[in-house]
Amino acid sequence: MRTDIFLIVSLLIGACVYGLAATLGNDYYFFAGYVVLQYVVLATAWNILGGYCGYVNFGSAAFFALGAYSTVALYRFHPMPIPVDVVLGGVASGIVGLGTGYLTLRMRGAFFAIATLALAVVLETLVVNWDYVGGSRGAYIVRPETIAPFGSYIKYLFAIMLLLAIGSITVARLIERSRLGYGFATIRDDELAAEASGVPTLRLKLVATTISGALMGMAGAPFPYYIGYLQPSSAFGLDYAVNSIAMPLIGGTTSWVGPLIGAVLLGSLQQIATVTISSAVNLLIVGFLLVGFVIVAPNGIIGLVQKYVQHRPLRQVGRRHIKADAPEATP
Amino acid sequence: MIFSFDLLVDAIVSGILIGAFYAAVTAGITLSFGILDVVNIAHPGFIILGSYIVYIISLNLGIDPIIAAILVTPAFYVLGAAIYQVYYVSFEKRGQESMRGLAFFFGILFITEVSLVLYFGVDYRYVEARYIGPTWHFGFVDIPLRILVPCLVSLLLIAALQLVLTRTFIGRAIMAVAQDELALRLMAVDPIRIKRIAFGISIATAALAGAFLIIIQPVEPSVGREYIGRVFAICVLGGMGSLPGTLVAAMLVGIVESLTSTFYGPSWAPAVSFGFLLLTLAVRPAGLLGR
Repeated sequence: MRTDIFLIVSLLIGACVYGLAATLGNDYYFFAGYVVLQYVVLATAWNILGGYCGYVNFGSAAFFALGAYSTVALYRFHPMPIPVDVVLGGVASGIVGLGTGYLTLRMRGAFFAIATLALAVVLETLVVNWDYVGGSRGAYIVRPETIAPFGSYIKYLFAIMLLLAIGSITVARLIERSRLGYGFATIRDDELAAEASGVPTLRLKLVATTISGALMGMAGAPFPYYIGYLQPSSAFGLDYAVNSIAMPLIGGTTSWVGPLIGAVLLGSLQQIATVTISSAVNLLIVGFLLVGFVIVAPNGIIGLVQKYVQHRPLRQVGRRHIKADAPEATP
Repeated sequence: MIFSFDLLVDAIVSGILIGAFYAAVTAGITLSFGILDVVNIAHPGFIILGSYIVYIISLNLGIDPIIAAILVTPAFYVLGAAIYQVYYVSFEKRGQESMRGLAFFFGILFITEVSLVLYFGVDYRYVEARYIGPTWHFGFVDIPLRILVPCLVSLLLIAALQLVLTRTFIGRAIMAVAQDELALRLMAVDPIRIKRIAFGISIATAALAGAFLIIIQPVEPSVGREYIGRVFAICVLGGMGSLPGTLVAAMLVGIVESLTSTFYGPSWAPAVSFGFLLLTLAVRPAGLLGR
């Protein structure tokens, strides 16, 4: 499918999702849906670096919080329309992603992972000590009750996050099918061989960290308006880090479909579990699912489906293969 | 801010004391990450688990936290050996340790923390012992016993580990497995068994480090997160697989953190270790005493 058609189709699907949530007639669905969509963006962003390049980022919460706090900083200066916040949050997180990558990506992958883990702690320290954005006391964002075409403000936020989700999936899909994506795949499969064959691995990795970080920051930018009161411990919550890793790994990391499936399944499951059981238990569920999936089903749900498809009766599969591999008939 | 000599000396002394404790916390990482190349980011989680187990034992049986920790080490050793076995079968054998192995340990860290939160809540817990409370005064230098005792036992622990690694057959085999697994196999030693033992020892040190932690400060489940950046910074700074290097690096980080919190305020201290980590990675990835 061509990218423009893909974009149109996903926009149509997005419109259907919005329409469905609107017909349910309860703002709760927008609140819950916003969180799920936010995870779609985070998981997709994580997967651009983690799934395509094979570099693990434990600092999703840091990039997310950076986006959120850039909004707060802007809000203190002068309240801006959210799309402006989104762009600036993305730029800020992208720059930090580039910086972290530049310092650590020249070494083995583990160092990058550790550095991102520590990055969250340090950014949190900085924010706690920065009084302008509220410090450890947190910051209030007064969101208007209503906004012109949408009615209640949460519908507006939901629509923005929906567009961000569609945008990030489109970006991921574009990367997957481009020269860039093939470059990323060579890094994931054998970085040394890629380097030896002339793939500019460091530059590609920096591109990946920047895009991934920027998308995470964009996901965080509208968050202060959603939550109303932002404090460091909620913006840097470990659940963002664990979810944005667990969702792609559970869904499957090799294509854009995986993070989407993982985020929608796990995100909805958590929304249900938060309401019915408790928010601590649902985090425990995520932890066990993550560990269970990486041990038992390393290729996630997509991998399981592919395995199932391959185990169908051999004749069918064989025939398809012959058809696919048959040389083009000469005219 | 008035710069005073007293304050400086006091900060350096307490930095050295706390540094020895950091060395004990990092020793497990030096074994697992430095020597075995297993990126066990869940180590701080095991330390907090150790703190809580020591807390339960010393609360119910009324014994000294350090003795309680020594009693627990065999259980932690078995836990570590079991975790390595799972890790080996699921990731190392399949060659997937770089991404899924990391995610596995991250999941374990997360599960440990959330389980502790669910069971104990987020209240701070502390233990009681005779040496918690009194402080020795030497002129203008104050040495609280609650830090001195863990510091001394930490030094003992590091010394003992270093002796095991350099003087015993198993220890030498552990050093060897890091360098050449195949050669070890040719000497009729099973590298997987050696790694299992080493990882078991690494987790066993977490029980002791956990006891030190809860002696030094009250503990709640998310305290471990502060230590992630710190332990890896120390491990890398100390040259990955070297215990003496770890000790030197730990004291250095301890002193700088202590100076930072004395002269700039304690809320800045966590940023120090990250600064160290980035600086080391950027300038000298082999560490201070790196080979």
